[in-house]
Amino acid sequence: MTFVYGDNIDTDRIIPGKYTKTLDMSTLADHVLEDLDPEFSKKVKPGDYLVAGKNFGCGSSREQAPLALKKSGIAVVIAEDFARIFYRNAINIGLPVLEIGKHFINRGDQLSVDIKEGFIKNETNGESYQAVKMPQVMIDILDSGGLVEYLKENGTYKL
Amino acid sequence: MTIAEKILSNHVGYPVKAGDLIICPVDGVMATDTTGPLAIQAFREMGGKQVFDKSKCVLVLDHAVPPPNERIANLHKMMRAFAKEQGIKLFEIGEGICHQVMVEHEFVKPGDVFIGADSHTPTYGALNAFACGVGSTDLAATMMTGQIWLKVPESIKIVCSGKLQEGVSAKDLILFLVGQLTISGATYQSIEFAGEAFEDMTLASRMTIANMVAEMGGKTGIVHPKGLLLDYDFEVIEPDENAVYLQTFEFDVSGLEAQISAPESPDNVGNISQWEGTEIDYAFIGTCCNGRLEDLQAAAAVLKGKRIKEGVRFLIAPASKSTLLDAMNDGTLQILIEAGASIITPGCGPCVGTHQGVPGNDEVVISAANRNFKGRMGNPNSNIYLAAPATVAASALNGKITSSANAS
Repeated sequence: MTFVYGDNIDTDRIIPGKYTKTLDMSTLADHVLEDLDPEFSKKVKPGDYLVAGKNFGCGSSREQAPLALKKSGIAVVIAEDFARIFYRNAINIGLPVLEIGKHFINRGDQLSVDIKEGFIKNETNGESYQAVKMPQVMIDILDSGGLVEYLKENGTYKL
Repeated sequence: MTIAEKILSNHVGYPVKAGDLIICPVDGVMATDTTGPLAIQAFREMGGKQVFDKSKCVLVLDHAVPPPNERIANLHKMMRAFAKEQGIKLFEIGEGICHQVMVEHEFVKPGDVFIGADSHTPTYGALNAFACGVGSTDLAATMMTGQIWLKVPESIKIVCSGKLQEGVSAKDLILFLVGQLTISGATYQSIEFAGEAFEDMTLASRMTIANMVAEMGGKTGIVHPKGLLLDYDFEVIEPDENAVYLQTFEFDVSGLEAQISAPESPDNVGNISQWEGTEIDYAFIGTCCNGRLEDLQAAAAVLKGKRIKEGVRFLIAPASKSTLLDAMNDGTLQILIEAGASIITPGCGPCVGTHQGVPGNDEVVISAANRNFKGRMGNPNSNIYLAAPATVAASALNGKITSSANAS
């Protein structure tokens, strides 16, 4: 399933502040996006895609936002562009994010996504998109599964 | 070089320019009770044994203080235990908001690179420092290694000429600028604020300005040091004359009026006249944006000898214990309490929607905070208007959005 939302989806909408103070990630997934789309947490299934417009994840630095999405089963977040802290946080916790600029993807469209290559094909309308290439350090962090694993392997950053 | 390029060059030891990827040593790191527990967990998972420098790592309990439930009480307990184990400073509940105490206690100074696990970390740009918000895992990594990888940001210059009118504050100016640049107008970039309007600003007002760089998506925002007065000597970092800016905005702000940011985004900004008369239920002054002494004094100047409208509630969360004491000693607190305000524990208070004043359905809040996203204060069915402290006080007085010039 492909869930599609608009521009400037802030982190309060992704996970309200009242739920962030916890280490229990399953509670996060229960409330993810509840003020934007109360049905989302009931409908989302492992491997689903979340697609948004501009500036996805603006606002707070709460890493609980990408964690809640990852825990809900979202495989990749695709957006025109992202707010910077959300983008970094997502990579750091091993949630793939693809920045593709202006797109024509609608709710329920069938997508084929090659996360590694950053290539997206919208099977429903035939359009395809190439995501902006990340710096190598981010590719490496994502390949490791997140910053925790990356630093366990490398001890420090390699640019 | 821009100010950001100079500060980062000084830290890595070679000249850097916008777009370069660097591994940068930091002068300090900070996490709160929203971001700290996950950071501690990540620090352990990474194999962290000892923080890179005990004197440079700080934890602050401010987002949900005192703890409203056992879950949060236990997270606080976990943070205290970590601070004790590592021998690092932890600011207890009621000491104040992280950004306020970092500046008051001089954990961040001009020219520093500071990493905070809170999106309003750019506030320290008021001090001519490079300060950047991150999430918990980045914070854990920085706490362990003393370094962070960064892309040197491009810079945007905002030049404001003219002096602000009487009754128009730094908050009105930054709301206006957020409205002009929009919520994503500075994404990934550093903003440099320069011009006459900033030169006679107090440190507190400069913090209000730099604070809302977060509401433009900026990585950091630095107020030009001209006119900056601190209790200690410091070296100023100014941009070179040939510094390269992605964009330069120039505004004559001498005629700027009080501003309002209407629901549900901080960049939905206009002159107060557009919203004057909107009835309010609840007024709030506090936060890292506007909870400082001058903000409480601005409210007291409006409310002296008066009483807020019946049926309106008015909460004030001083930015720190020291702010609370100063406001007590100079009589500000007495004026505010006699006018009908309730004073709550210094900390983030109701701004983060966790406790201490969640609005009811369809209620209207006027707040001196920096965010009015849907659900921000804990109820998605309420409406939050952002304004300067004087406007919040005037609105509490009249029970409707009111410019301080029209308070009666």
